[in-house]
Amino acid sequence: MVYIDAKDLVKRYGGGEAQVEALRGMSFTIAPGEFVAIMGPSGSGKSTLLSIMGALNTPSEGSYLVDGIDIYGLSRDRRADFRREYLGFIFQNFHLVPYLSVAENVMLPLTTKRISNRDKRDMAEEALAKVGLAGKGNRLPNQVSGGEQERAAIARAVVNEPPIILADEPTGNLDEHNSSEVMNLLSRLGKDGATVIMVTHDIDCAAYAQRMLKMSDGRLAETVKLPQRHAA
Amino acid sequence: MTLKSISFLNLRRRKAKAAFVLAGLMIGIATMVALVSLTSALTNEINHKLEKYGANILITPKSENLSLTYEGISLGGFSFQTSEIREAELKTIRDIKNSANIAAIDPMVLGAVKVNGTEALLAGKEFESLLTLKPWWEIQGSLPGADGLVVGSEAARVLGLSIGQSVDLKGRPLIVRGILKPTGSQDDNLLFAQLAVAQEILGKQGLVSLVEVAALCKDCPVEDMVTQISEKLPNAKVMAIQSVVKGRMETIKHFRNFSFGVSALVILVGSLVVMVTMMSNVKERTGEIGIFRAIGFRRSHVMKVVLMEAAVISAAAGVFGYLLGLGAGELAIPLFAESHGAHLSFDPALIGGAFILSLLVGLLSSFYPALMAARLDPHEALRTL
Repeated sequence: MVYIDAKDLVKRYGGGEAQVEALRGMSFTIAPGEFVAIMGPSGSGKSTLLSIMGALNTPSEGSYLVDGIDIYGLSRDRRADFRREYLGFIFQNFHLVPYLSVAENVMLPLTTKRISNRDKRDMAEEALAKVGLAGKGNRLPNQVSGGEQERAAIARAVVNEPPIILADEPTGNLDEHNSSEVMNLLSRLGKDGATVIMVTHDIDCAAYAQRMLKMSDGRLAETVKLPQRHAA
Repeated sequence: MTLKSISFLNLRRRKAKAAFVLAGLMIGIATMVALVSLTSALTNEINHKLEKYGANILITPKSENLSLTYEGISLGGFSFQTSEIREAELKTIRDIKNSANIAAIDPMVLGAVKVNGTEALLAGKEFESLLTLKPWWEIQGSLPGADGLVVGSEAARVLGLSIGQSVDLKGRPLIVRGILKPTGSQDDNLLFAQLAVAQEILGKQGLVSLVEVAALCKDCPVEDMVTQISEKLPNAKVMAIQSVVKGRMETIKHFRNFSFGVSALVILVGSLVVMVTMMSNVKERTGEIGIFRAIGFRRSHVMKVVLMEAAVISAAAGVFGYLLGLGAGELAIPLFAESHGAHLSFDPALIGGAFILSLLVGLLSSFYPALMAARLDPHEALRTL
């Protein structure tokens, strides 16, 4: 079954002689609940692809469908709604809002939802407990460690239980121990039914995925099916 | 967690910037409040002074003759009315609809007398109301009682009169008690006695030659009052002294225009401060706005966050600006007002106006920065992080 369907995605930046083609016709499909790692050298177009999959960056050519919805055929507001309802972002540098507490950061995707503040707080606490940050919700991001910040970012990505998790180098700033914990968390999310798409440089992290898309020079170079690995 | 709490938390984090926006707007509102309340207080003071300044309605007997005097220059010797107004009829003036606007009624009897063989004009007045109507009068000596006179400076010079000298007016001896310092008006040529005394000397008991009425007050319907007095005194000619009324209106208009002009200028500068600060605020928060957009905030949500911050600051600027403006006005009023009694009055319309104006200016000045924030490309915004 196809959940995500990308066809001939092309992305050009700039114009004239300075024009750069970051994607040169990417096509792939992803099944629901699949854990996919996207790998490739710097400049291969991984981040551009992830931003297109995140409904943040309109492709120059091609189509991108999720659950049968043509994402770039939607209005900007509907695309924002799609991001809120379908996607959970995990950024490389955590991207927590510095003046909000950890719990408030986790509640951000719920901000515009018509649910009570109490329910929002309960959902945030539940998400924090899932990532092992129970009791640390009242701290500011700069009062917790890097690993805890990454886990808070994961809690924010999953708080409204989106069907798709997009992770951009989630272990890029973490030590081995924290990396392993974060990867186990992502793996567990995949097993819970979420479709996880992760951009990474790290082959050890990619090994947690079910499939690996190897990119080179803006194109899909290879698709590798990976052996199933059990989360620790 | 709501959009409102994001606005409040951001304001708490960026206290210095919030304080800067608050100060920019508050100074504008305070200036407006100070100038408007100061102008209002000064206008009241001017009105009050103008009430004292002089008559603005003149009542004379109806006549078929044309006046032979112009600006104090008389052609063909003295000319005065032979017909008079009955003093008893003057009480009816107090019965007009706008009687509350009447500050003073000053009857005057006029008649020719001979002093040491020279003809002079004797004016009978009630000195109490006279000093209300002509506060600029400076008398050397004192005000006379029933046995005395005040002599105009020119009359004293021509007739050779000095304080303490006795003058015989139609067989009644009166002592010169005071000499009026030059006023530049016709008063300089007259002899002034108490109304009843002059009426007796001139043989005009119960009659007056003209009446001056002071009716200046804020929004005084002088023309209506002229009509009302004319109805009460059908045999008299009632005229409004237009120059005084128009002059008063012009003074008030100039004060208002000045204060509105300065206020508008300061508020414009304040709004520019708000706009520039909010724009720099948005630029600083580009990455953060990128995060909001990435996790599903619509453009309108981002605008709401920015505009809510502006609304909170503007509301505070409205309240504090009003208080600051009132305080500044209180401090400044002694520098502008001549009388010590002048003070700022509590005006609910000004409080409401300051609050609404502050909100409007703050929101309008922040609209473009909010739009700029909402239009940020989320992909580009995230790249700044």
